[in-house]
Amino acid sequence: MEINIGKRVLEKNETDAQRNRAFFREKNVFVLNMMSSPGSGKTETLCKTLGHLMPEIRVGVIVGDVCTTNDADRLAVTRAKVTQINTDQFGGDCHLAAHLIDASARQLGCDDLDLLIVENIGNLVCPAEFDIGEDARAVVLSVTEGEDKPLKYPLMFQVADIAILNKVDLLPYLDFDAALAVDNMKKVHPGMPVFELSAKTQEGFEPWLEWLRRKVGEKTAK
Amino acid sequence: MHEMGIAEQLVQISLDAIPKSMPTPRVEILNLKIGKLASVVEHSLTFCFEIITKDTPLENVKLVIESMPVKIHCKTCHKEWEVDTPMFKCLNCEDGEVEIISGRQIEISSMELAEE
Repeated sequence: MEINIGKRVLEKNETDAQRNRAFFREKNVFVLNMMSSPGSGKTETLCKTLGHLMPEIRVGVIVGDVCTTNDADRLAVTRAKVTQINTDQFGGDCHLAAHLIDASARQLGCDDLDLLIVENIGNLVCPAEFDIGEDARAVVLSVTEGEDKPLKYPLMFQVADIAILNKVDLLPYLDFDAALAVDNMKKVHPGMPVFELSAKTQEGFEPWLEWLRRKVGEKTAK
Repeated sequence: MHEMGIAEQLVQISLDAIPKSMPTPRVEILNLKIGKLASVVEHSLTFCFEIITKDTPLENVKLVIESMPVKIHCKTCHKEWEVDTPMFKCLNCEDGEVEIISGRQIEISSMELAEE
């Protein structure tokens, strides 16, 4: 006997994500989902970014890792509201699903926030699949990785709204071809803005901050 | 690694779809549609299924996977086409505004139960 089902596996996550989106709209908070491979410099980029944005923009951060609270500890010095999710309590998941964001956002409280940044688990595959109810997605690639990463992980670069090419201060010491990396990103996602910067030296930071300020302004003005 | 989470969801959806009137149901085949961009490794998914379906109506179920092509729609000139390389630029108008209309799905289309 054949039974028709016709159901999508991510249906529950999509429902949860829509609920999150409605919650964030009600709270007038702009939500950015930051994704990358491990070690691309998400946390350092965030630390420096928060230093520029706060206190004018009130920021909260949800940090996802399989284990440890190291990233939350590093971000604590920025005085942003920070909460850590460790997925080893949920089977060691390699991404943050919408229901985890729901619980953390409510725990963090979004009443006094303009911007909520979710630092996703370092992984260029699975986080791209899971809508968490964010307003925008940023992918971070660093110049110590390969120029062909956008072609190897196309979905991540396709679903991202912007990309950051980090650690450009190291370019003189590497064989990395930044123009080729950006070109590969544009092949996968034509028209996507790419911010080439260094979180360490803060070179190239202003266009990224300007984009973020504008996006937060558009959401909180509504 | 996300195959385990996907397998758990597939099993839950299947168990929910089994008619309550069947005293000893046994699912023989699950017909799935999985997009080429969904990053699901068939071998890993089958392995996860073997582990989590033990002592359930889905034990020894056969997964029949239809691999779905990646299809793109250009929002500007409305051309639709299939891609086999990760280049999402419109071939017709070269505009950037394209959307993926197929290739990301992970769906159960149907299941086949053994006759009692």
